[in-house]
Amino acid sequence: MGARELIQSFSLGELRQGLAVTLRYMFAPKITIQYPEEKTPASPRFRGLHALRRYPNGEERCIACKLCEAVCPAMAITIESAEREDANGNTSRRTTRYDIDLTKCIFCGFCEEACPVDAIVETHIFEYHGETRGDLYYTKQMLLANGDRYEAEIAKAREQDAKFR
Amino acid sequence: MEALVLQLFQSFWNIFGLWDVLWGVIQPVWPLIWVVIKIVVLLIPLMLGVAYLTFWERKIIGWMQVRIGPNRVGPWGLLQPIADGMKLFFKEIVIPTKADGALFLLAPVLAIAPALAAWSVVPFFEGGALANLDAGVLYLLAITSVGVYGIIIAGWASNSKYPFLGAMRSAAQMVSYEVSMGMALIVVLMVSHSLNLSDIVRAQGHGRFAEMGLGVLSWNWIPLFPMFLVYLISGVAETNRAPFDVVEGESEIVAGHMVEYSGMAFAMFFLAEYANMILVSAMVAIFFLGGWLSPVGFLPDGIWWLLGKAALMLFLFLWLRATFPRYRYDQIMRLGWKVFVPLCLVWIPFIGVWMMSPFNIWK
Repeated sequence: MGARELIQSFSLGELRQGLAVTLRYMFAPKITIQYPEEKTPASPRFRGLHALRRYPNGEERCIACKLCEAVCPAMAITIESAEREDANGNTSRRTTRYDIDLTKCIFCGFCEEACPVDAIVETHIFEYHGETRGDLYYTKQMLLANGDRYEAEIAKAREQDAKFR
Repeated sequence: MEALVLQLFQSFWNIFGLWDVLWGVIQPVWPLIWVVIKIVVLLIPLMLGVAYLTFWERKIIGWMQVRIGPNRVGPWGLLQPIADGMKLFFKEIVIPTKADGALFLLAPVLAIAPALAAWSVVPFFEGGALANLDAGVLYLLAITSVGVYGIIIAGWASNSKYPFLGAMRSAAQMVSYEVSMGMALIVVLMVSHSLNLSDIVRAQGHGRFAEMGLGVLSWNWIPLFPMFLVYLISGVAETNRAPFDVVEGESEIVAGHMVEYSGMAFAMFFLAEYANMILVSAMVAIFFLGGWLSPVGFLPDGIWWLLGKAALMLFLFLWLRATFPRYRYDQIMRLGWKVFVPLCLVWIPFIGVWMMSPFNIWK
């Protein structure tokens, strides 16, 4: 050990350097986001709570093609379908049941990608809860209600992301 | 002070005309009552200090990690330690089936009792010690050594692997660092010619710089600087604080001797650790930083200086914890036995020779 290292070691040189770093950071601006009051910006591709969308004339977009059900890696989607008359007066294939079990869902976004008519989408909503397991079993009515409620945000997010699709 | 308190009681009870009756009853036990009053007056601020030290620690470490720290309970999070205390108070103390129940419950008491008892000899201001012992330093070393029994008994009585490992580590570490701590104190005793803590503080109050009004340069920390560092670092090791906290190193042995403890039994170990931290800080202030003495001539001496110096040392404790990673166990042992002990053994004769030479500054 040379004289230089000896001095460095006995004068606790490296320890003092370390202490200087922490002391400097003690006065640095804090990066904490105080969650309920402050939030981090979310991407338009954020994958949160699901929603089923409608066309402007009120008809649901979903055509019961079951691609989402097929692609879902967690097998969280259950669809049953039947023919009925739609808002345009044509006979068409529509869902009678469209359930997503959010306790199974892994929020991968495959359903959204698989959908040919942009019916099932994931919104930016992530603050929701259930008090029992059953509360997180979303039925068609609940998903359509989500779609109606957040249509403006959903449409805006789609538009922002459109050029990358 | 005693007369003043008595007078206060007298004037209060005289409002009801009951003082003579009351005094007739309590006079024989008054010395005992007076001691209890002094203990309570000492312990309540100490316990509050411990509570807010935990808060201050979380804040400081938060700031050093570019976080905010607790700020939700009460204004600026100031009620956080109260909330923590309430939580621990109402939690169940689980005694493991295979543990030795009596020893298991005795251990936290053994840990906290010496941490509090040691405060009796600490001189807060001129004549302000609960017990002005002439062998104060010996008492202090003896009573702080008892604290390790709490940890060892906790580890043994838990009848579980990690607590036992933690207790063994603690025993070895405490013994090693007590040696260097004691040797650093020998040097302090040599230069202050006394084992009395108040005399040790007074001895730092004179010298060439003190007469010039710069007492801060006369304190022991400058002529005994290596011993100051040895004592400080040994103190950190002695209280099992980071970076010497292998006793409860959570990445290796979860929480060491505290693994099986919950509720208030756990809180007692916690309180003991923090009370010991405050004690060691106060000791550093008394042995090396001039206790209650003012650093400059034109400001009056007083208890606030001791508190301020102890607070500075406590900040250093937290600062060290926020900065350094944990030492490996064999490195701790090496530092204690192969660096500190030889350093002390060199410094004791060096100071001895210095004191016999014409350059003696401690006359």
